[in-house]
Amino acid sequence: MRVLTPTNVEEAVAMLAVEEDLIPMAGGTDLLVHWPEHLEARERGYLDLSGVESLRGMEWSDAFLTLGALTTYWEVVTDARVGREFRLMVEAARQVGAIQIQSRGTWAGNIANGSPAADGVPVLMAYGAEVELASAGGGARWVAMDSYYTDYKQSVKRPDELITRVRVPRAEYEIEVWEKVGSRRAQAISKVGLAITKGDEGWRVVAASMAPTIRRCAAIEKLLTKEAAINRPEDLLKAIGKDVSPIDDLRSTAAYRELTMARVVYHALKGRVSFVT
Amino acid sequence: MSEGAGMMQISMTLNGKEVSADVDPGERLLDTLRYALGLTGTKEGCGEGECGACSVLMDGVPVNSCLVPSYQARGRVIETVEHVQESDVEPLLSSGATQCGACTPGIVVTAQWVRRHPELLETHTLRELMAGNLCRCTGYDGVIEGVEATLTVDGQSS
Repeated sequence: MRVLTPTNVEEAVAMLAVEEDLIPMAGGTDLLVHWPEHLEARERGYLDLSGVESLRGMEWSDAFLTLGALTTYWEVVTDARVGREFRLMVEAARQVGAIQIQSRGTWAGNIANGSPAADGVPVLMAYGAEVELASAGGGARWVAMDSYYTDYKQSVKRPDELITRVRVPRAEYEIEVWEKVGSRRAQAISKVGLAITKGDEGWRVVAASMAPTIRRCAAIEKLLTKEAAINRPEDLLKAIGKDVSPIDDLRSTAAYRELTMARVVYHALKGRVSFVT
Repeated sequence: MSEGAGMMQISMTLNGKEVSADVDPGERLLDTLRYALGLTGTKEGCGEGECGACSVLMDGVPVNSCLVPSYQARGRVIETVEHVQESDVEPLLSSGATQCGACTPGIVVTAQWVRRHPELLETHTLRELMAGNLCRCTGYDGVIEGVEATLTVDGQSS
């Protein structure tokens, strides 16, 4: 195994430009899980970002909350201002593993890992977040989270690009929901995850563990936008069928996931909007 | 296989002392502590970040040392169960918080963190703070009662 230890972003992206199969590492929680048993994980080269100080910390501007790529879940959990403005980020972060994972796991790492069951990604997507991809020679572009993933663990990020920042637009929301259905409250990976927001830009409904990637649910958003009467969870199943394609796996079944997603959406909105009764 | 391969020298503050170690890039902090530095109080349970038996404090916050590559400990402050004063955890012994003992070092470390940060209990329950330390013997009530009792022990160590 090899590790490179850049001290600034310029060095880091220069290293990636030369050697595109380096694996960038922030807190390492998703990567070290594989070290004891997967020999191929030991033969890879890693790009350790922990010495890149400029990737630490959060910044507020008039328009955005910006997270450096090394920002951990725990930093968000303990930040009262994030709790006031982006309540779902704190709620989701508190359900990632427990303190030992929250203290090391990062929002950017959660995005990069690309798990369809990620807990951080759905709320970022529901808040309209964007991710900054930097590359050698000073290149950088912002990509909206909801167009970031292309397939299971695949994204628009090129191998020579590094996630450097995540920014969340500051906005008012009338509805904010995060629900995670897992086997237990802590230390569990979601069977179904749902983030829902409604603000000036309309509804955003984001599902986790329901498709090869975390994704916006266009058909449900359309139903909600036209205020179609929803009188029971089953009224959502047709839209859910269009939006997602869950599978049977070790954590749950496709049928359970679809019905649970319908129930979670229904009960989260019942009584809070006039057309869900 | 040139740059970045081979052993790496790191230094960290370990239990209040500056220490250096030569580590392989594929080495976990858990292994460095136990096998290079002889601190065997930290236990390996699941080895995949689930059980918390290998918990240590890194810059004052609990981490699973099985998920920290040793090279990320460079320049950091690490505290292991060996750094905890016996008197701080005496109540764990009398409350039935331990049985087989595999999870105990991790529980002691997390409990020490909670002791230092009473403000955490304004936003979190003790059960949520301790949720990353699994125990297959006690059923948790004894653990929670024991940790609760340690919160009021006098003479908090630093």
